[in-house]
Amino acid sequence: MLSLSPDEWIAVRLSLKIALVATAVALPFGLALAWLLARKQFWGKTLLDGLLHLPLVLPPVVTGYLLLISFGRRGPIGAFLADHFGIVFSFRWTGAALACGVMGFPLLVRPIRLAIEAIDRRLEDAAATLGADRLWVFLTVTLPLAMPGLIAGLVLCFAKALGEFGATITFVSNIPGETQTISAAIYTFVQIPGGDAAAGRLVLVAIAISLIALIAAEWLARRAGTRFHGE
Amino acid sequence: MLALDVEKRLGDFSLQASFDTAGGVTALFGPSGAGKTTLASMIAGLIAPDRGHIVLDETALFDSQRGINVPAHRRRIGYVFQEGRLFPHLSVAANLDYGRRMSGLALDAAERKRITELLDIGHLLARRPGKLSGGERQRVAVGRALLMRPRLLLLDEPLASLDTARKREILPYLQKLRDEAGVPMIYVSHHAGELRRIARSVVRLDAGRVTAIGGLELLDEADVDAIA
Repeated sequence: MLSLSPDEWIAVRLSLKIALVATAVALPFGLALAWLLARKQFWGKTLLDGLLHLPLVLPPVVTGYLLLISFGRRGPIGAFLADHFGIVFSFRWTGAALACGVMGFPLLVRPIRLAIEAIDRRLEDAAATLGADRLWVFLTVTLPLAMPGLIAGLVLCFAKALGEFGATITFVSNIPGETQTISAAIYTFVQIPGGDAAAGRLVLVAIAISLIALIAAEWLARRAGTRFHGE
Repeated sequence: MLALDVEKRLGDFSLQASFDTAGGVTALFGPSGAGKTTLASMIAGLIAPDRGHIVLDETALFDSQRGINVPAHRRRIGYVFQEGRLFPHLSVAANLDYGRRMSGLALDAAERKRITELLDIGHLLARRPGKLSGGERQRVAVGRALLMRPRLLLLDEPLASLDTARKREILPYLQKLRDEAGVPMIYVSHHAGELRRIARSVVRLDAGRVTAIGGLELLDEADVDAIA
């Protein structure tokens, strides 16, 4: 019934790779930013908060275009990274991961930030009186207590990255085997005569992956939650 | 022991306190809003005074003139908070062990046994704080602070969140602690009856000023109705 052609498999594997890498690379930045926004007052905080949410409200094509002119081969950042570190984004899967990471970033940061804001800071004071310096307070108190928010953020970011279409196709095009994710492949199959069956198969795969991610997240969040209240 | 002379302004409230303590249990006594918790927070290093000094056993913890402010995590001052503040994501055993691990002390099984027996919390070790009664929570909080081997133990209204029966349940443990643990304590409370049973000397604080320093007779003079 559901047997994918090699090309379709490639699109599925590529999508998973891109979404996982995008989420994993976004995590440390997202965590740092969430902590900063939750805990610190600084000049330009409102602006930073606004910029962070831009990918959520801008048309994805606009985000993709902005990535293209800044991270493309001839873009200022893209050229710098290519010349000095050999990191190339344009028309590569890494570019797709960058686009997906940027699009998922606000969804990653927001739940983590809310979770950190909800933590009773007096617990952190208690940890300090018990000898924990700021890093240990963060690792042993703040981070575990923010874990349900962290999991929610990771799942939202992953789901967004998996389904991202507009920014990715604008930035790195739709190249089979390199930047053609499930979404892009479905779009392509729908455009060609007789592609409906293949599109349908990929649609089922997309639904399955999303469901598994949701269930896994629910399970993880519940485990993290019961740790606070159970025995 | 502890010698302090500090000033702190917080909005409309100003705190100006100066006193020395000997060993044993010193009561920090006064009505709500007198600045007792602010003072305790300054001793613990959670709030910095505007001016002055705090010296514990000849070591300066804070000195505005010399620019010294030892951070809370290096003061080794045990703090038992009114609401316990146990870590909800850790078991009682892990809560008890937290201070020792963070302070980089070697595991001392005999000491842990002695303190869990003293506070009668051995049967709670596998539980989460969410499953403890108010009295059990405060005993674990005392144990957690003691097991980091503090140079000074601050008890900030440790019984205030408990009902009368629970207070009666815990006071004997605190008395045993005073007699057996050998750690100097500052016991913050607005409750004269409670302090009479545990303290040896009294520092009275009113509206941010030390109004009297002396023995338990200060508690008798206190207008209990006014401060209940």
